Amino acid sequence: MSDTTLSSPAASDGKDSSVPQKTSLYKEDALTKKRNASEKRFQAYGITAILIGLFFLVVMAYSIISEGIPAFTRTVLTVEFTVTQEQFDDAEGQLFKTRAYEGVFTEAMSQQFQEKEIAVPFDITAIERIVGKPGNTIRQYYLANPDQLGEPVEFELAASSRVDGYLNGRLTRDNITDSRFLMKSDLDLVDVLVEGGIIQTVFNWPFITGADSGVDNPGGAGIGASVVGSLFMMLVVLFLSLPIGVAASIYLEEFAPQNKFTDLIEVNISNLAAVPSIVFGILGLAVFIQFMHLPQSAPLVGGLVLTLMTLPTIIISTRASLKAVPPSIRDAALGVGASKMQAVFHHVLPLAMPGILTGTIIGLAQALGETAPLLLIGMVGFVARGYPDSFVGGFLDPNSAMPAQIYTWAARSDFAFYEKAWGGIIVLLIFLLSMNILAIILRRRFERRW
Amino acid sequence: MKEMPKIDKADEMSETKIAASKVQVYYGTTHAIKDVDINIQPRSVTAFIGPSGCGKSTFLRTINRMNDTIDICRVEGEILIDGEDIYDPKVDPVQLRAKVGMVFQKPNPFPKSIYDNVAYGPRIHGLAKNKSELDEIVASSLQKAGLWEEAKDRLDEPGTGMSGGQQQRLCIARAIAVNPEVILMDEPCSALDPIATAKVEELIDELRENFTIVIVTHSMQQAARVSQRTAFFHLGILVEEGPTQDIFTNPQDKRTQDYITGRFG
Repeated sequence: MSDTTLSSPAASDGKDSSVPQKTSLYKEDALTKKRNASEKRFQAYGITAILIGLFFLVVMAYSIISEGIPAFTRTVLTVEFTVTQEQFDDAEGQLFKTRAYEGVFTEAMSQQFQEKEIAVPFDITAIERIVGKPGNTIRQYYLANPDQLGEPVEFELAASSRVDGYLNGRLTRDNITDSRFLMKSDLDLVDVLVEGGIIQTVFNWPFITGADSGVDNPGGAGIGASVVGSLFMMLVVLFLSLPIGVAASIYLEEFAPQNKFTDLIEVNISNLAAVPSIVFGILGLAVFIQFMHLPQSAPLVGGLVLTLMTLPTIIISTRASLKAVPPSIRDAALGVGASKMQAVFHHVLPLAMPGILTGTIIGLAQALGETAPLLLIGMVGFVARGYPDSFVGGFLDPNSAMPAQIYTWAARSDFAFYEKAWGGIIVLLIFLLSMNILAIILRRRFERRW
Repeated sequence: MKEMPKIDKADEMSETKIAASKVQVYYGTTHAIKDVDINIQPRSVTAFIGPSGCGKSTFLRTINRMNDTIDICRVEGEILIDGEDIYDPKVDPVQLRAKVGMVFQKPNPFPKSIYDNVAYGPRIHGLAKNKSELDEIVASSLQKAGLWEEAKDRLDEPGTGMSGGQQQRLCIARAIAVNPEVILMDEPCSALDPIATAKVEELIDELRENFTIVIVTHSMQQAARVSQRTAFFHLGILVEEGPTQDIFTNPQDKRTQDYITGRFG
């Protein structure tokens, strides 16, 4: 109180303002209040922005996982039965060989039903709708393993995608319409078979390891082949763009004279980073396939196209991290009589390595998710025949890539492929994450050398 | 009086390590060093003093051609070391820098271990045939730099983890490890506290026995303490050069007098 009484006369006669007013530090003045308020406001904006970002991330993760998980399970029908030599010879002698095997299969089914005391009338057409036509699968097995004739063999037959959908909730009794693919009445049979443990849901290894199937067989579609395709492409990109990009950056940053020509190159590199990827695709089509006659759909060509796309990213980030190395380090090296190249390779480059790796991983991640250029060089819509021998053998054999495969699935009309597309995205993200983790581990190792 | 230093110089001509004549340095169109003539004696400390931007550091850097790294920098004139022109086209600047070492203003150890910092120069110049020889060079360099006692138990630790004064002595150890004939020091103590400075100055005085040392300094007391000869630069011109004692007690030029009495600069 005494403070205010003391300062009030000063305030009243301080009109000429030559005497500074006494103010209390305990009280915020107007300007401070305003400044603090605006600071608080800005923090609130920032937190809001982060929360919005997090919200979308959570929504995305939730939808990807909930939609994609069913792709990792598959429904199989397990039957154990024995085909004798006579049955085999008899079947092979018939005109419709697979039909004959189906007869054996049906017999085995009804026998198993009796054992498990399941009393359900069924006909072969209903079974066919549930597991497709099993005859060929059985025949192929015995042709390949004739020594199994006469022995009891357990068959795991893949259920049709509609049964799959019914079991994982995608389809319900209400939204199934009777068709030649599945009748409502078949679902009763499915329910009974599930209860009896004959139809089971198991982990879908064929999805992880297999190749794409035709449009009529969503159950058999796998992403494995395109994972291999993507891996090959990433190897090509890594082993081309990293050395080329780093060499170009080192030359431009440390050795090149400053003149119009190098300026022009710099401007062009910056511009190339902003060129739409489909342009690189058509360039790859024209140069690598039409002019150089490299095979179509080959991971080598895809890798080359993506290398072109990744180079500017790597060059820009490498130059930035070279620039960030303090010049005193260069001076120190030159000062003890190191040549310019020794200074760069012994001192500057190791220090720039974490930054270079960061740029590389950003470039590779971009390349991994790129679809558009792959459409143009034919690495898309690939249906495997005779997988795995006919392809994924190497850099020059036709293959697809994960994003292109996902795009193909998403574009197909059968709803079962939609689920595959989500599953494919999960595999893509896991691939990307493991790539990033590898890069982070590498970067840590370089950073420790400080 | 004016004749005296000249006669001195003539006597010393036979004992000249570095002889610069008519040295001009241009940064683009800026004429940074004008007509500098100076003779530097072997196994002595020569100090360059002068106000900021007077060109003393620039001139220092011409002696081991560190200015070559600056694109727009151009040097004219002649600098002889032991009678050989270092700007001769036949001279490789990298080879020159092994002979003329440099210590910089800010301590700049490599982000490597103390051992590797000192061993780097000998390694790239192939001065050691094997590990034990290299160990010996590292140990003796650290000893000469007065850092051995502090560093011998932590040779594997990063050089950047030492204190500022220790780092600067490490840089000096690194410079002497390649066994140069001349050591250039560009304000080596400007980033150090008085105690570290005293240690580095003591070290410079000891190194004089084996090396020719040229030091740029902003501190006139430092120049007076460590150097035998002093050169005063002003606006790119070498105003005056002579025995340190004379420069500080009996300067010939008005500008030198004004500077050392603190009237400008």
